[in-house]
Amino acid sequence: MTRPLAVLVALVATATLAASSTVSAQAPIKIGVIEPLSGPVAASGNYVRMGAEIASDWINARGGVNGRKITLIIEDNKSDPKEAASAAEKLIVRDRVPAIMGAWGSSMTLAAMPKLEEYGVPMVVETSSAAAITKRGNPWIFRISPPSDMEALGLEQYVDRLGVRRADFLAVNTDWGRGAIAAFGDMLKKKGVAVGAAEYMDQAATDMNAQLTKIKGTGGDTLFLTTAVEQITLVLKQAQEQRLARKIVTTGGSSSPTQLIKQAGAAAEGSYHIVFFMPWFPEAMPDAKLARAFVDEWSKRGHPFEGLTEGFRGHDGIATIVEAIRVAGRDEPTAVRDALWRVSLVGVNGPIRFEKDGPTGKESGQSKPSIFVVQIRDGKVALPDFLAKQ
Amino acid sequence: MAELLQHLVNGLVLGGTYALLGIGLTLIFGLMNVVNFAHGEFYTLGAYATFAALGLAGANFFAAVLAAIACGAVLGALCEQALLRPLRAESIDTTMLVMIGVWIAMQNAELLIWGGVAKSIPHPFPTAPLVLGPVSIAPLRAFVLVLAAGLIVMAYLAIHRTRLGTAMRATFQDRDTAALMGVRIHRMHTVTFAFGSGLAAAAGALLGPVFLAYPSMGDLASLKAFSVVILGGLGNLPGATLGGLLLGIAEELGAGYISSGYRDAVGFVIIILVLLLRPAGLFTKQERIG
Repeated sequence: MTRPLAVLVALVATATLAASSTVSAQAPIKIGVIEPLSGPVAASGNYVRMGAEIASDWINARGGVNGRKITLIIEDNKSDPKEAASAAEKLIVRDRVPAIMGAWGSSMTLAAMPKLEEYGVPMVVETSSAAAITKRGNPWIFRISPPSDMEALGLEQYVDRLGVRRADFLAVNTDWGRGAIAAFGDMLKKKGVAVGAAEYMDQAATDMNAQLTKIKGTGGDTLFLTTAVEQITLVLKQAQEQRLARKIVTTGGSSSPTQLIKQAGAAAEGSYHIVFFMPWFPEAMPDAKLARAFVDEWSKRGHPFEGLTEGFRGHDGIATIVEAIRVAGRDEPTAVRDALWRVSLVGVNGPIRFEKDGPTGKESGQSKPSIFVVQIRDGKVALPDFLAKQ
Repeated sequence: MAELLQHLVNGLVLGGTYALLGIGLTLIFGLMNVVNFAHGEFYTLGAYATFAALGLAGANFFAAVLAAIACGAVLGALCEQALLRPLRAESIDTTMLVMIGVWIAMQNAELLIWGGVAKSIPHPFPTAPLVLGPVSIAPLRAFVLVLAAGLIVMAYLAIHRTRLGTAMRATFQDRDTAALMGVRIHRMHTVTFAFGSGLAAAAGALLGPVFLAYPSMGDLASLKAFSVVILGGLGNLPGATLGGLLLGIAEELGAGYISSGYRDAVGFVIIILVLLLRPAGLFTKQERIG
C-alpha cells in the first residue's frame, strides 16, 4: 500500500466512524412499555398504550428530549405475569431501553420487578395498586398510581357524606382485590363503619350471583366493588336482578363510568366511582389546559371516550420518564433512576413527585396522585351532590 | 331459608348454562374422541355472531340466535372437513394439538375483529326481575333456562330416536361395521362435529346477552364444559345435563356457605372425587366388555 493511499483509507475510515457516531447521537431514545394488549384486560392495556403514544407524539413534536426524538418499544404481557417478566427482560437485554413503563395489573408488575433489580433499569408504574409494589424494597420502582391505602385515605373525607354505615366488599381474587379490601376495610373500621361480608370472585368469573345473594343477607348499606370494568358491568347487572338495594362504590380507577352507562344501562344508575381522571370535567382537573388538550387529542384520533380514564395513565407515565431523561441529561438507566427522584411535573392527573416508600436504604418512589369521586346520575357522569355543592 | 332458596335458584340457572355447554362437548369429546379445546371458541363465536346479527344486520333477537347457531354449525363442519378429516387415522394426541391450534387462532381472530373491549348484547327482555316470594330471577335467565332445557331434550331425541342419531352412534362404536351397513362415515363425522359446535354456539348466543361478549370468554366456558363431561361420563347426554346442574349448585352453595374465594375449588374437589370413585363418570352405567 502506498503512503497516500494509506492516508486516504485512514481518512475515509475516520469519516465513516464520525458519521456513524453522529447518527447514533441522533438515533431516537427508546422507552419500553409493557401493557396487557391481549387477554382478559386487553381493553385497558390498549387504552394506556394509546395515551402513551399521544405523549410520545407530543414530545417529539416539541423537538424531543436532549435534542433527540423518543420512540416507544411496546410489548404485550398478555394479561399474564409470566409474560410480563419475559417482556421486561426482552426490553432490557435486546432493546437496551433506559427506562420502562408498565405493567398495568399488580400481579404483572410484581412479576416484572425482579428483572428490574437484576439488570438495574427503572420502571414507572402507571396503574397497579397493590401495596406490596413499593413496599418490597425494590429501588428501581417509581409509582404514579395510588396504592389502595392511599386511595382509601382519599375517600375517607367523603365517607360520612356518602352515608356509609355498614359496608360489604366484593373484589377480584388477585393482589389488587385482596389489597383493596384490606385497605378500605381498615379505613372504614377507623371511621366507625361496620364491615360485613368480604367476598371474592375469580378474574374470569361471569356469574357473581352466589356472592351477591350472600351480601344481600348482611343488611349493609354500601358495597365496595374492586375489579376491572367488564366484571363491574356484570356485578351491576346481577345486583339489579337480585334486587340488591345498595350504594355501590367502585375502587381502583378502572371502572370507566362511560362504558358502564353504555353496557349496564339502568343497573349503573346511582353508583359511585373513584377515578383518577375526570374527562367529563377537564376544567376541574389540576391542569385544566393539559386535561382539555388530552381529551381533544384523544377524540381527534378517534379513540373511544370511555378509554380516557385509563388512557391518561399512559400519557403521565411517558411524560414522567421523559422528564427524568431531561433532568439526567442522558439516557443511561442509573442516571435516569437518580433523576426520577428529582422530577417535578404536572401530568393529566395532577402533580407528580416521588417520595420514599418501603424499607430504608432500598426505597421505591411513590407519587401522591389526585383522587376524585364521580356518580352516574340520569344516565350521565356527574359530580356527586356533596361535591357539586362545594 | 330465603337465602338458601335464592342460592338454589341461582345454582339451577348456572347449572343449566353448564349443562348446555357440556352437551355439545360430550358429543365431540365423548362420541368422536376429539379433545376439543376449541369448544369455548365456538361458544364465543355464537355470542359474537348474535351481536353482529343484531347490530350490523338489524335482525330480530330470536332470528339472531338462530343465525348464530347456524354459523357455529357451518364453521364446525368446515373445521372438521379441513382439519380433522385428514387426521382420522392419527392418535387422539395429534387431534388434540390441532384443536389447541384452532383455539388460539380463533381467539386471536376474535380479538383482531372485535377488539378487546367487551360488547354488551341487547335483548328484548325486561331487566326488572321476576319475583316469586323470597326469590328473584331475571326474565332473560328464565328464558335461557327454558330454552336450554328444550335444546337438551331436542339433542337427546335427535341422537337416541332418529335414524341419523343411530347412524352417528354406530359410527363411533364401530366404524367398519357401520360402514358395511351403509353408513356414510365421513358424513357422520362432519355432522356430529357440526352438531356439537352448533350447540356450543347456541350456548354463546343465549349466554352472551346474560353476561358480556369478549374474546377470552370461551376459556372459562371450555373449562366448565370439560368438568361437566367428566362428571357426567363421556358421550352421555343425560349425564352431562345432571353433571351441569350438580356443578352449578355445588359451586353456588360452596360460594354461599363456605367461601367465595374457593368457589371453583368446590367444583374441582367434586371432580377429583368422581374420578377417584367412579372414573367412568357419575351417571354412566357399568361399561360392557366386548
